[in-house]
Amino acid sequence: MKGRGLRAYALVYLLFLYAPILLLPIFAFNSGTIIAFPLKSFTTEWFGQMWGNASLRRALTNSLTIAVSASILATCLGIFAARASTRFEFPGKGPIMGLIMLPLVLPEIIVSISLLVVLLSLGVKLSILTVILGHTLICMPYATVILSTAFNSLDRSLEEAAYDLGETRISAFRLVILPLVMPGIISSLLMSFTISLDEFIIAFFLAGNEPTLPTYIFSQLRFPKQIPMIMALGTVLVIMSILLLTIAEYFRRRGIAKTGAKNTGGFL
Amino acid sequence: MTETRFDRLADARPMIECREVQKHYGDYHALRGIDLTIRAGEFFSLLGPSGCGKTTLLRTIAGFEDISSGAVLIDGKDMERVPANRRPTNMVFQSYAIFPHLSVAENVGFGLRRDPRSRVEKAAAVEEALEMVGLKGYGTRASHALSGGQRQRVALARALILKPKVLLLDEPLSALDRKMREQMQVELIKLQRQVGITFVLVTHDQEEALVMSDRIAVMFEGQIAQLDGPEALYARPTSRRVANFIGVMNFLPARVLGETGGAVQIEAPGLGRVDIPMANVSRADPGDLGPTVGFRPEAVSLVASGAQGANRVTEGVVDEVVYYGDMTYYDVRLDGSAGFDGQARPVRIAMRNVFGREVQDVGTRANVSWSPGSLVLFR
Repeated sequence: MKGRGLRAYALVYLLFLYAPILLLPIFAFNSGTIIAFPLKSFTTEWFGQMWGNASLRRALTNSLTIAVSASILATCLGIFAARASTRFEFPGKGPIMGLIMLPLVLPEIIVSISLLVVLLSLGVKLSILTVILGHTLICMPYATVILSTAFNSLDRSLEEAAYDLGETRISAFRLVILPLVMPGIISSLLMSFTISLDEFIIAFFLAGNEPTLPTYIFSQLRFPKQIPMIMALGTVLVIMSILLLTIAEYFRRRGIAKTGAKNTGGFL
Repeated sequence: MTETRFDRLADARPMIECREVQKHYGDYHALRGIDLTIRAGEFFSLLGPSGCGKTTLLRTIAGFEDISSGAVLIDGKDMERVPANRRPTNMVFQSYAIFPHLSVAENVGFGLRRDPRSRVEKAAAVEEALEMVGLKGYGTRASHALSGGQRQRVALARALILKPKVLLLDEPLSALDRKMREQMQVELIKLQRQVGITFVLVTHDQEEALVMSDRIAVMFEGQIAQLDGPEALYARPTSRRVANFIGVMNFLPARVLGETGGAVQIEAPGLGRVDIPMANVSRADPGDLGPTVGFRPEAVSLVASGAQGANRVTEGVVDEVVYYGDMTYYDVRLDGSAGFDGQARPVRIAMRNVFGREVQDVGTRANVSWSPGSLVLFR
């Protein structure tokens, strides 16, 4: 009895979570311009419209540029932070790590407005570069946490062994540490990429006239005619996300199989 | 009395010299003036409880830790400013530190990356190193699929392939089960004799140190308490602390009656008056309440009756019997042992079990035979 109740709860929970997402492809292929049942006929018109839309393509290019740059930047900085926090003791370590993690709990709107004020008073022109910097800032905590876990699980003597066997500090890091934390690096890249790709507030404040995918979608919602196209775009994004996740999981599992570690958690 | 066995390295040149080595970690004084010479080709052990500085000393020799003052010389060369990757030492880590993403052969050949030899020659060197540790043909295996003993061997091969002057071993056997450990002890001795490289072993296991070493330095609180061969260390510990750390020793309070020529005459409860040769007189540790006399459980035995030769016999009552199969431990209260302070101190006696001899029961009277030469006086 109790088991059945819980099962029903889980089912409703999952339905509530994923049913709306399932509606995306349904309406993306529906020829009606109004998002409502009953469905009309099958069409790929919206996908064609999406492909032909220059400002959408521009928003997509901007978003990808921002997401790739921010995830690489955040991961590189995260590697330094994670390495420093797991390997060394230095004065002010606690406060410094705390400051890195702070954007995690600060309301994004506060971060965005203060960044905007600072950038404007410095005379910096708003562009996708300023969005990249903002996104790097909010991705840093995630990257640092993921990478700290990866660095922490390493036996410190691995690095010493490589050093002892004649390698330099740098080549020991490259030959031993880097391959072993690679799954963490890939996780961090993907996490940061995802966060940046659908981030709205910072992009809205700091992008100037440049659209990103979320700000573009938001701006189009005012025009009912555009909504089926947004549905098509949403469908593409969902498929891309699933693909990305699958690739990430594949690499993570391969990494685990290679080093013979225990499979603990992961995405799937 | 045991004599020190033939010292095969009496004429060997010094390989590692530590001079007044001090190491501070902030307020913590880890090494308090270590003076030590390890000879070329020696199997040397640093033995002590955890936190005594033995691992720190090993790591300063390896170059992983800087020393606060003093000097470390390897083969006559001062190692100050010589980093670990350019020292003629290699290390076997406690965790073995096998690179999990590399195969066995890649692990063993890791140190040859900067070697100018051809790939074929390097592969041959790897195979040779693997054969030396008994892992011939394991090269292509994934290193994470190995057992503990095999990982240990890979770590050894990886360190020895560079032909270091000194091999440093940090508690290399502590992760193995007892059978495997005993087997590896023997193999390590053979390997060391075969390659002739100086081995420095860190261990907290006194038995391991006694089995394998030419000489042992016993360390407490950042200082060397005694440096001796295994037999001398066991038979003539120079302090109570060392005696207590290495094996089991019985201690009885003693009263010094006087010195006569080459011996000290004492009186101890249960033992009566005994002359102890000067060679067996050691110093007491701070905090000891007066002089004590000590002897090993196997230096005394239960006999049917009567003194034999130089041995003396004291009667007593069996207090406790612990049967181990090959051995039986008896705790015996010697007659008159409640001498000075009225406190009874049973002494432990280890007897090898022989077929046909019955184990004595608790409460029975026993004749304890002991040799005055086996007593050590701490005063």
